[in-house]
Amino acid sequence: MTFDPKSMSCDHFQSQLAELVGSGADVANHPHIKECEICRQLYEDLQTIADAAKQLLAEEQPEDDLWDRIESAIKKGD
Amino acid sequence: MPRTRFPKQNPEASAPEPEKEERAVQLQDPAAEVAPRRAAPLSPEAEILARAQAGDHAAFAHLYSLHKRRIYSLCLRMVGNVAEAEDLTQEAFLQLHRKIGTFRGDSAFSTWLHRLSINVVLMHLRKKGLPLMSLDEAMEPSYDDGPGRSFGAPDLSLAGSIDRLALERAVAALPAGYRLIFVLHDVEGFEHNEIAAMLDCSVGNSKSQLHKARLKLRDALRLTLNKGGKR
Repeated sequence: MTFDPKSMSCDHFQSQLAELVGSGADVANHPHIKECEICRQLYEDLQTIADAAKQLLAEEQPEDDLWDRIESAIKKGD
Repeated sequence: MPRTRFPKQNPEASAPEPEKEERAVQLQDPAAEVAPRRAAPLSPEAEILARAQAGDHAAFAHLYSLHKRRIYSLCLRMVGNVAEAEDLTQEAFLQLHRKIGTFRGDSAFSTWLHRLSINVVLMHLRKKGLPLMSLDEAMEPSYDDGPGRSFGAPDLSLAGSIDRLALERAVAALPAGYRLIFVLHDVEGFEHNEIAAMLDCSVGNSKSQLHKARLKLRDALRLTLNKGGKR
């Protein structure tokens, strides 16, 4: 008897989602995703978050006096 | 962000620890690799690096000005706290000052410095008592407060509705272990095998923690959307 991914429960699918996503599987075309709107939206949300994370690479500026502190520590031989 | 590759400065020096797990970032024109080394003049950045390696303090200050934003941002994302991030940026540049002579140019300088800085942050987190070697046990949220599975009718979709500030706040509020994996993978672009090596955990553990971090963020961002009355 073969396992039918379409008939898997949301619980079962979601328990496998970390591994599926992490291994680079084509989750968007997974049979369960095609049948289940809840899991499809969950997957899309997680992908949206992963994509949005790139926004956080925008660079922040440290305080101006940080170099003074570093220079002072270098002079002290830290 | 493009990563500048510097030519070898000191082939005799031993490899520093941060280089061991370097990603193979090759942005340079491959043709440049076969050009005779002596014919290629040093780029301005490579010259600054060479001078800093020779002990030129002004050149080191210049290196700081070139890389301070990138390193400070990395520290800030990893610890979620401005004061700690500044202390860690300071420590990263002090370590750079001590180790700069060992940089051999086998990888991009910016990649090497980036890795050195991550090691500084990880060391700091370990000193704080964050047992990175057993992430599952250390950071696994209790059953009650962990990210739940998604059941019931779909309602809010996050597509097109995540703004940077909301995401920043949500990431800063993550438990430390989740934040670390999320920043290393989704923000900084490391692969699971690299993260597993850095944190001394399994690849499966890294995947699982990242998934839980994203679930936590989803909950937090949906809550923000609900409060804002947006759909």
